[in-house]
Amino acid sequence: MITLRINRLPVSVEDGTTLLEAASFLGFPIPTLCHMDGLSSYGACRLCVVEIGEGPEAKLVSSCTYPAEEGLKVRTASSRVLRARKMILELLLASCPQSKTIQDLAAAHGVRQQRFKQEYEDCILCGLCVRMCQEQMMAKAIGFRNRGEKRSIGTPFDIKSDVCRLCGACMYVCPACQLRCTYNEPEKAICGGCENLTPSCIDKERFDDMMCYMDPCVACEIEKE
Amino acid sequence: MTQDIATRNKGDVHVKQEVDTEVILGILERHDKARGALIAVLEEIQAQYGCLPEEALRTVANEMGRPLVDVYGVATFYRSFSLQPRGKHLISVCLGTACHVRGAPRIAEEFERQLGIKAGETTPDEEFTLETVNCLGACALGPVVVIDGHYFSKIRSSKVGQLIDDALKGLDKIEIGEDKRIFPIDVSCPRCNHSLMDESLTIDDHPSIRVSVSFDHKHGWLRLSSLYGSSSIRAEQDIPIGMVVDFFCPHCHAELIGSWECPMCGAPMVPMIVRGGGMVQICSRRGCNSHMLDLI
Repeated sequence: MITLRINRLPVSVEDGTTLLEAASFLGFPIPTLCHMDGLSSYGACRLCVVEIGEGPEAKLVSSCTYPAEEGLKVRTASSRVLRARKMILELLLASCPQSKTIQDLAAAHGVRQQRFKQEYEDCILCGLCVRMCQEQMMAKAIGFRNRGEKRSIGTPFDIKSDVCRLCGACMYVCPACQLRCTYNEPEKAICGGCENLTPSCIDKERFDDMMCYMDPCVACEIEKE
Repeated sequence: MTQDIATRNKGDVHVKQEVDTEVILGILERHDKARGALIAVLEEIQAQYGCLPEEALRTVANEMGRPLVDVYGVATFYRSFSLQPRGKHLISVCLGTACHVRGAPRIAEEFERQLGIKAGETTPDEEFTLETVNCLGACALGPVVVIDGHYFSKIRSSKVGQLIDDALKGLDKIEIGEDKRIFPIDVSCPRCNHSLMDESLTIDDHPSIRVSVSFDHKHGWLRLSSLYGSSSIRAEQDIPIGMVVDFFCPHCHAELIGSWECPMCGAPMVPMIVRGGGMVQICSRRGCNSHMLDLI
């Protein structure tokens, strides 16, 4: 057993436990987009950063991949951690503004605006779908292709894979394409902040189905262009 | 996933190409189908076809027992692999830091202008593929351009046209007489000592070396260039690249085989007596240019 302190609370965990698991055992919430029980840790989204060590030695690590160490002092919500998370969320919003999951996390962390060049990707390359396909569905139908800014997830040659069973697990786990904010279907909408805008974002023809409460509002940005 | 189809890049659309499964299987056989051999296998396929055809990738995945996504992921990850057919001549312009400050971007632009293509593209006549690379490790010689494996240093944009012309003529062509490492040799069979030289058929303007070969239940003659260092051959049967061939003397029909193995690929070396004293050994694998010369 390894004993460590998370937010000053001592906790004993088995060897090989990650900081994320230890923290959730104590009930400390750590947001994450690329981690899921039953799938291997990947450390792609960086949202689960925590601060370890003390003084000038203190550093940020991704808790989903960092194994618990004897005597380690972990802070899951220090000002440095929160600042880093806010920045990560802002960057995620810059690439994937229409993801309801990311929007909710951003709202919960007090991110009210996004200062970067707006893009409209539908993937944050978290690799959840790839691991789901390989580790739970045993299909290995999708994977990463290319690299750098051209990196993408999909099937080889972009044609339906022979081994894909259309199980839909990849879409089920996707944080970027599930529960998209669709105010044009009010029963699914959670935020509704765009309702008060003039013209209203509910105008589906005009704005496609991207809408949110963001400042600047994604839909409004599209209209300007 | 519908989003994949929506984001499909035009450049990623794959072109069908004729693939000989036997050749791919041969390449796989040589590499033991080991997990770590994937990159080496893909490199050989790329050397054979100039690109990685879809069928070849599928065969590799099937034979190595690996998911196609893994193979495809590796094939698209590395810049040196290409899924698109490439031109006959590959021009790589170095845009590393040192070359960059010495004006490499202008060289790249000049190539783009003269060839009428952008970096990463192939000319419509499939003669040239232009690509930019990030560092070739020859920073002191910058700006560096590599054409078909030949390095050109301190390039200026005025030299670009000349380089393209030279590449079209063929940079691999050997200038006999100018290169002192290339000279003709006169060989004979190590068993019966009959001369193997054949005046009736010349290769590289010199009498050729005549031997009989057999491979894969096929038999035929093979003429080798008698120039030491040249790998020009002519053969009755098409010998596939990578095939290990048995050599025979056309006079005594003894197999030309020694106890040496090729230091490059491990295939048996073929010994021949050099007139004037000495022994030359050439690798029996088609495509392997390994050779040794011992003069007494």
